[in-house]
Amino acid sequence: MQWEAVIGLEVHVQLATQSKIFSGSSIAFGAEPNSQASAVDLAMPGMLPVLNEGVVRMAIQFGLAVDAEIARRSVFDRKNYFYPDLPKGYQISQMYHPIVGPGKIHIELESGESRTVGLHHAHLEEDAGKSLHEDFHGMTGIDLNRAGTPLLEIVSEPDMRSAEEAVAFLRKLHAIVTYLGVSDGDMSQGSMRCDCNVSVRPKGQTELGTRTETKNVNSFRFVEKAINSEIQRQIEILEDGGRIVQETRLYDPEKNETRSMRSKEFANDYRYFPDPDLLPVVVTEELIEQLRRELPELPDQKRERFKREHELSDYDAGVLSQSRPLADYFEAVAGVSGDPKLAANWVMGELSRFLNQNELAIGQSPVASEDLGQLILRIKDNTISGKIAKEVFERMWNGEGSADNIIDKQGLKQVTDTGAIEGIIDEVLANSAQQVENYRAAPEDRRPKMLGYFVGQVMKASRGKANPAQVNELLARKLDA
Amino acid sequence: MHLKSVAELARGLAAGEYSSVELTRHFLARIRERDGTYNSFITVCETQALADAEAADQRRAAGEARQWTGIPFAHKDLFCTRGIKTTCGSRMLENFVPPYDSTVAEKLRDAGAVCLGKTNMDEFAMGSSNENSYFGAVRNPWGENRVPGGSSGGSAAAVAARLAPIATGTDTGGSIRQPAAFCGLTGLKPTYGRISRYGMVAFASSLDQAGPIAQNAEDAALMMNVLAGFDPRDSTSIDRTVPDYTATLGEPLKGLRIGLPEEYFSDKLDSTMGDAITRAIAELEKLGATVKNIRLPHTDLAIPAYYVIAPAEASTNLSRFDGVRYGHRCDAPESLEDLYTRSRAEGFGPEVRRRILIGTYALSAGFFDAYYLKAQKVRNLIQQDYVKAFEEVDVIASPTAPSAAFPLGSKSKDPVTMYLEDLYTISVNLAGLPAISLPGGAIEGLPVGLQLVGDYFSEDKLLNVAHQFQQATDWHQRTPANLD
Repeated sequence: MQWEAVIGLEVHVQLATQSKIFSGSSIAFGAEPNSQASAVDLAMPGMLPVLNEGVVRMAIQFGLAVDAEIARRSVFDRKNYFYPDLPKGYQISQMYHPIVGPGKIHIELESGESRTVGLHHAHLEEDAGKSLHEDFHGMTGIDLNRAGTPLLEIVSEPDMRSAEEAVAFLRKLHAIVTYLGVSDGDMSQGSMRCDCNVSVRPKGQTELGTRTETKNVNSFRFVEKAINSEIQRQIEILEDGGRIVQETRLYDPEKNETRSMRSKEFANDYRYFPDPDLLPVVVTEELIEQLRRELPELPDQKRERFKREHELSDYDAGVLSQSRPLADYFEAVAGVSGDPKLAANWVMGELSRFLNQNELAIGQSPVASEDLGQLILRIKDNTISGKIAKEVFERMWNGEGSADNIIDKQGLKQVTDTGAIEGIIDEVLANSAQQVENYRAAPEDRRPKMLGYFVGQVMKASRGKANPAQVNELLARKLDA
Repeated sequence: MHLKSVAELARGLAAGEYSSVELTRHFLARIRERDGTYNSFITVCETQALADAEAADQRRAAGEARQWTGIPFAHKDLFCTRGIKTTCGSRMLENFVPPYDSTVAEKLRDAGAVCLGKTNMDEFAMGSSNENSYFGAVRNPWGENRVPGGSSGGSAAAVAARLAPIATGTDTGGSIRQPAAFCGLTGLKPTYGRISRYGMVAFASSLDQAGPIAQNAEDAALMMNVLAGFDPRDSTSIDRTVPDYTATLGEPLKGLRIGLPEEYFSDKLDSTMGDAITRAIAELEKLGATVKNIRLPHTDLAIPAYYVIAPAEASTNLSRFDGVRYGHRCDAPESLEDLYTRSRAEGFGPEVRRRILIGTYALSAGFFDAYYLKAQKVRNLIQQDYVKAFEEVDVIASPTAPSAAFPLGSKSKDPVTMYLEDLYTISVNLAGLPAISLPGGAIEGLPVGLQLVGDYFSEDKLLNVAHQFQQATDWHQRTPANLD
C-alpha cells in the first residue's frame, strides 16, 4: 500500500527578552541553579505575575511576519498540574484566546517546489523549571532559573507530508524569528524546541490516522530523523495489521527511534481557566501599525530582492537569505566587491566550507565580510587568479592579515606582463620539444585538448601566478605559429 | 489609652501625652494579659514592635512625624511581613517567614505605624466564624462563647477587645464586614483593585480585597489614606487618583438616596434584625437621606455562584503548597505522589480541603461549562443588577449578616448553613464594589452591623455616610462589658 504521512508541528520559541514573562528575573542561560529565580518565580505566597510588555510586542511582530490575525484581546489561562519544577502548580498559558490567530508560512523544498503551511495559532506562555536527577544521589534537585522564561508556542496546521517539509517549515520559522530578533533561535540551548505530531494514512484517504506526539526534539537533524523513524514505525505497525495508540513519545537520537512516554489514557485534566491575577491583553491598532512599520525585511522578501537586485539564482538567493547574519554578510561582501555573483560563490563556497569544518557560525568567521570583499576585488582586477585566491583566503582565515598583505608578503601577485609570460612560455616550449612536435603534428580539432599540458607547465613554472587567460592566448599563438 | 481611636491617639502622640513606646507597651501588655481568652493573635512581635515604636519616637523628636508615626496596629496573618511569620491560619504555613513585605505591610511600615502582631483567621481566609484556624477558634469579646465572625475574626476581636486600636483585614465574601458587624466595629471592603494584593496570600484572586477594621469610620478613612493606590506589582490594581478620605467626612447627607433591595428585606429576614436595621435607616433619614425600594433580582444566585468561583480560584491558588519549596512537608515521603498527597492532607484543614475539592471539580473538563462558566455568567448578571440600582440610588443598605454573632460550634457542622452567613456580603465581592459595615444597633446586647454598598470607587461617600451616622449615634462607642 502507498502511505502518506500527515505532520503538524508545535514549536516552542524562547523569546529574547531581558527578563522573564511575569517577573523581573534575568533569563540568561547557564547561570548557577536558582540564582535567577525571584520570589515570583518560586511562587512564594502572595506573589503576583506582572506581564512583561516586551513579549506582547514580540508575539505581535511574529504574527505580522506570518500574515496572521492579531487578537485585539487575548487572555492568559492557568494550566493546572502538579510537578516539582512547576512552582505555582499551574503554568500560565493562553488556551482559549491566544494572541496570534491563523497565519501562513511559505516553504521551499530541495526540488525547488514551494508550498504554504497553515499556522493554526501562536500563544504566549511561561516555561517551567528543570528537574536535576543526576546531581543528587537518590534525590531530585530543582532549578527554577528557567521557570517563567517567555515562550511563544507556534502551532502549525497538519499540512506537512514529509520530514523534509517539516524541516523546511522549521528552518523558515527559525529564519523568521531570528530575522525579527524575537529569539536567538539557539536550538542547542533549547531556545527552539519542537513537538512533532505524526500520523500516517493510505494515500488518497482524506480522514486522518491516529497521531502520536514526539516531544521536545531540539535540532533540525533530529526532527527529520525522529519524524522519519516515527513514520516508518507507524507504517510497519499498520502493515502488520496493528493499530496506532495515541500517545506521547520521546526521540532517542542514539538509537534513532521514538519510544513511548505516556499514553493518552492517563491524559491530564489541566482544568484551564482564565488567570484572575492577570488582565486581558488589549492590543491597540496603533501598536499593531507601529510594529508593522518596524518590521525588518523578512526572509521571503530578502530572497526576492537578492534575485532581483543581485541577479542571483533562486537557489543561491534562498540559501543566502536563510539566516540574517549570512544575508548581511553576503550583502557586505557584494557591496565591497561590487560583484554579487562572485560574492555569493565565495560565501556559499569557500567560506561556508571553512565555517562548517570548524563548526563556526557566520558571526564567528575570522574573515570579516570587508576582507572577503577585498579579496574578491583582487580577483576582479586580475591581481590574483581564482586559484591563488583560495590560498590567500586560507591564509586570511589563519589570521595572516588582509588579502593585500598576504599577496604582497607571499609574492602571489599575478603575472600579467606579456613579456614575462612569454619568457616562461619559451622556456617551457624549449624543454618540451617532443610535445611541441606532437602538437604541431596533430589535427586542428585535437589541438585545444593538447594545449592543456602546456598551460599546466607554464602555470607550474610561474607558481600559479601567470594570468591563465593570457597564458592560453600566448601559448596558442606561439604553437600555432 | 486603649479606649482611644486612632485619630485620638495620633493627637495624643502629637501633643506628647505619651510616647509611641508607651503606647506600644500598653497594647503589648493588654495582649499578654487578655489574649489568652480571645486567641486573637497568632504571632505577637514584641521586640520588633518596640524597636519600631522607638524609631517612631525618634522621628517625632526630629520633627519628622506624620499622622501614623508610632500608631500601633495589627495585621491579619495573611499579609506577608518580612522576617515575621505569616501563617494564614494554616499548619501548611505554620513556620513560613516571608522574605518580603506585602504592599499593605510596606505602606503601613512606611507610614510609621507599629505592627503589634499577626491576627488569627480562618485558614486561608476560608470561613465565616473563625473556627477554621489551625491555631484554634477566636472568641468574640462581646460574648466569649460566641464567634467573632470570619475570616478576619482575629483582627476584629483584637480591635473589639482593644488589644490593638485598628487592624487590617481581607474580604473575599464578607470577611471584613461580617466580623466587623459581630464585633461592633467599622469595616470597609474597598472597590476591587483599590488596594494592592501584592504579598497578600491569595484565596480567590478575583474577589480578595484588603481593607481596615476600625473603631469608627474616621479611623477607617485614615487607614484607607495609607493603603489605597496603584501598585505596579499587582496587575489587577487600578491606577486611579486616591482622594484624602478624611477630607469628605464632613459632608451633610441631605439628598442621599438609599436603596433598600426587596430581596434583602423579605419575610425571610429575621424580624429583630429587620427592626434594628430599619431603625438605623430611619436615623439616616433624619440626617436628610431618602429611602427607595429597589430590586436586585439575581440575589438568590450569588451564594451558589460564589461557592463555585471562589473555590475554583482557591483550588489553583493553593496548588503551590505542595511540600516542595516551602511550607509543610510530610515526613519521609516515599514518592513524589506521596510527598504531594500527604503534605497537603496534613497541611490543610478540612474546610480548605473541602473547597479545593469543590473547586477542582468545578474546573474539571466536562463540568467547566456547567459550573465555572455558568457562575461567571451569573456574576455578570449580579454586576448588572447593581449598575441598574446605582442609576437610582447612591447607596444600598442592608444588614451585614443575617444575625448577630452566633455561638461557637453552632454552625460548624453544616457548611451550607455557614455559607448562608455571607448572604448580604457576597454579591458585593462578585461585583467588585465597595461596602462598609458599621455598628447600627444591637440584638440582646450583641452588636448588629449595618451594611452600605456604594458604586465603584465611592469609598469616600460610604465613609462619610458612616461617619455622619456615627456623629448622630453612639453604637460605635459601645464596647463589650468587662473591657476595662
